[in-house]
Amino acid sequence: MYRILEKEALTPVSKLFVIEAPEVARKAQAGQFVILRTHEKGERIPLTIADYDREAGTITIVAQEVGKTTKYLGTMQVGDSLASFTGPLGRPTEIEKYGTVVVVGGGLGIAPIYPICRSLRQAGNYVVGIIGARSGNLLFWEDKMRSVTDELIVCTDDGSYARKALVTEPLKELLDSGRKVDRVWAVGPAIMMKFVSLTTQPYGVKTIVSLNSIMVDGTGMCGSCRVSVGGRTRFACVDGPEFDGHEVDWDLLLKRQRIYVDLEKIALERYERELMRSKDTGGR
Amino acid sequence: MAEGKKKRIPRQEMPTQDPQERRRNFHEVALGYTLELAVAEANRCLQCPKPFCVEGCPVQVRIPEFIKALREGDMWGAVEILKDKNSLPAICGRVCPQETQCEAKCVLGRRGEPVAIGRLERFVADWERAQGMRIPERPAPVGKKIAVIGSGPAGLTAAGDLAKKGYEVDVLEALHTPGGVLMYGIPEFRLPKDIVMAEIDYLRKLGVNIRTNVVVGKLYTLNELLELYDAIFLGTGAGLPIMMNIPGENYNGVYSANELLTRTNLMKGYLFPEWDTPVKVGNKVAVIGAGNVAMDAARSSLRLGAEEVHIVYRRSRAEVPARAEEVHHAEEEGIIFDFLTNPVEIYGNEDGWVTGMRCIRMRLGEPDASGRPRPIPIEGSEFDMEVDTVVMALGTRPNPLVFSDAQLERTRRGTVVADPKTGRTKLERVWAGGDIVTGAATVISAMGAGRIAATDIDRYLRGEGTEPWWPEDGAS
Ligand SMILES: Cc1cc2nc3c(=O)[nH]c(=O)nc-3n(C[C@H](O)[C@H](O)[C@H](O)COP(=O)(O)OP(=O)(O)OC[C@H]3O[C@@H](n4cnc5c(N)ncnc54)[C@H](O)[C@@H]3O)c2cc1C
Ligand SMILES: Cc1cc2nc3c(=O)[nH]c(=O)nc-3n(C[C@H](O)[C@H](O)[C@H](O)COP(=O)(O)OP(=O)(O)OC[C@H]3O[C@@H](n4cnc5c(N)ncnc54)[C@H](O)[C@@H]3O)c2cc1C
Ligand code: FES
Repeated sequence: MYRILEKEALTPVSKLFVIEAPEVARKAQAGQFVILRTHEKGERIPLTIADYDREAGTITIVAQEVGKTTKYLGTMQVGDSLASFTGPLGRPTEIEKYGTVVVVGGGLGIAPIYPICRSLRQAGNYVVGIIGARSGNLLFWEDKMRSVTDELIVCTDDGSYARKALVTEPLKELLDSGRKVDRVWAVGPAIMMKFVSLTTQPYGVKTIVSLNSIMVDGTGMCGSCRVSVGGRTRFACVDGPEFDGHEVDWDLLLKRQRIYVDLEKIALERYERELMRSKDTGGR
Repeated sequence: MAEGKKKRIPRQEMPTQDPQERRRNFHEVALGYTLELAVAEANRCLQCPKPFCVEGCPVQVRIPEFIKALREGDMWGAVEILKDKNSLPAICGRVCPQETQCEAKCVLGRRGEPVAIGRLERFVADWERAQGMRIPERPAPVGKKIAVIGSGPAGLTAAGDLAKKGYEVDVLEALHTPGGVLMYGIPEFRLPKDIVMAEIDYLRKLGVNIRTNVVVGKLYTLNELLELYDAIFLGTGAGLPIMMNIPGENYNGVYSANELLTRTNLMKGYLFPEWDTPVKVGNKVAVIGAGNVAMDAARSSLRLGAEEVHIVYRRSRAEVPARAEEVHHAEEEGIIFDFLTNPVEIYGNEDGWVTGMRCIRMRLGEPDASGRPRPIPIEGSEFDMEVDTVVMALGTRPNPLVFSDAQLERTRRGTVVADPKTGRTKLERVWAGGDIVTGAATVISAMGAGRIAATDIDRYLRGEGTEPWWPEDGAS
């Protein structure tokens, strides 16, 4: 079960995996996520469903290699199986016909917004996509994104590819241009989602963000994932992960994401030493 | 031997790990009786013709009979008598609150100390496990399928009983490891995980299909399952943590007991970095609450390296709901109890980490709805406690995730309405039992509820139950 059927390096730091998970594929919807374990002693990590194929019975995930678990995942090969794969978790994106919507994906966030754009478009919205990354080699899925948007704006922070801008700049221009924008989505690093929310706030355009707080079970049982939205404590795994970005306590989220940084560093360094040793001895 | 001259045998102590040593390791604290100790203890039993202990047991284990078999050396006989009513004796022997159940009713307890029934139960069950598990013959399949949702003691018991009756049973469990609270909540040092795994292996050998990573309400809804199965048993427990809703509760270093214990037990955080999941406690920990969950959180914190651990409880020692043995062990290990104390606010620093907690002193008033004296804050008695970790162990509620599309009647506390005599819910072909019905309770009551439901499911599916599905539906 949960076999890796395809693997692709999308950027130097992120990989795509197509996982055999027919039951999850049957139910998956845009905006939801899975929690997986790579191996028996592994951590449970949440990853957003980047695509699903109900007929083939597969779920696509894209992971950015930031620490032990995502790096370990990166070493897994086609044919290997994950130790566990639970989903679909969280509430799906609220898909309706809003009119014109802008969907912003920053860095790795490009993957999760793909199914959101697709569903919004199918529901009859005019979809403007904005995708951005620090530099050109970190961008992916430009063509795929074109196929599910009516307009696509591409930018990089350093200008190494397409327009040199932060994603908030074209967003602000769009809002200033007088075009009616009915709703905005933003998925990516917390800091990027915070600035997108700050950008849209003065215009009063409702902005939905996908919160990536630290999770364990993903079923509402531990409260590790708690966030504060509109002054109320919510559990991102069951009440979200999507919330109104104008109501999110961003500083709390950013601080809570750092709870384990020291231990994560220990785990990563230990793992990298292990990798070096096994390379020396020729093993995987 | 003349009765009159028989010397009173004292209650036999169970050997334990030395407190100074065990407070820093996760090995089992209580080591169990030796055969000699067990027989000595069993000999204390008066074999009352009308045994009160049996009345005190939520599932009416025939206690004097198993003790008699034990002292006569008929160990298999003892096993059979025990298991007739209790499918999980190795677990219940370790975690049941015997002092408020069977042992509370023991006649010997009126003048001295009651028979150590729990320790004897544990001894018999451990002896059986050491022999290698016997697998009862599997009856001919009856050709009906049952879904058991949740793999805690309620679900495991229902699954085992139904499999023994020839039903095809699928256990659907949300987590990646079956066992419920027995695996994710109760720590290794109190209930070694091999014991729970042995029970689960036994079910697998009985033909029960245990499917992990299945979150009912998400992957399947109850209504979908009703189309796939002839009957459903709902045993999803009460897994939702209750927080206090006081300022500062989201600072880094504030945990629900569920999170601390899940990271530690289910994810084996105490073996980090050998296992990947981190768990972090500071030097000075305050655990709020005084139930079993609070004791487990406090004693785990100590073992994870905390220097000082406090149990902060708003009532007094007399009202502590935890098992007596756990409180005793916690005190031996150096846990500090702050009674009649309640937090009102948690403080933190600029980086978002806990630095302290403001508490208020309490006094006890008239009994409240729960029958216990109501704690009343003493005005102006606030004081500050310097802590860097706060663990909320205030209780739990049923997790509503499982219900999704199902119209299942529930109480205001979020528990499912079920007939205690059968386990039937108001939805036909759906039974429920354990914490999801009672709210957070005990392993033995969950086990008993699983058994009651399994009996009724069998009766219903055989077409023997001719009464209406729900009692009140009567003639209508
Ligand atoms: C709902 C949700 C959806 C997500 N979707 C994606 C995705 O599609 N692609 C992707 O690359 N990443 C996604 N993430 C983030 C991803 O889960 C983390 O990057 C991953 O857990 C890091 O694990 P690690 O061991 O590799 O790194 P670590 O070194 O352990 O952690 C690096 C950082 O990741 C975060 N993190 C660590 N553990 C967890 C955890 N258990 N849960 C959540 N965050 C954690 C912390 O902020 C930490 O500082 C998502 C997170 C959430 C909550
Ligand atoms: C830390 C702690 C210590 C305790 N100590 C004691 C003790 O010493 N003595 C004692 O008698 N009792 C003790 N208890 C209480 C006892 O453990 C519970 O009363 C008992 O486990 C309840 O059993 P259950 O089968 O109803 O539910 P649980 O054991 O809670 O099991 C429910 C299972 O259902 C799963 N589930 C939940 N939702 C879903 C879903 N939607 N889909 C699929 N699966 C789902 C959960 O993951 C879980 O595995 C303790 C509890 C805790 C938390
Ligand atoms: S991850 Fe445990 S409650 Fe959300």
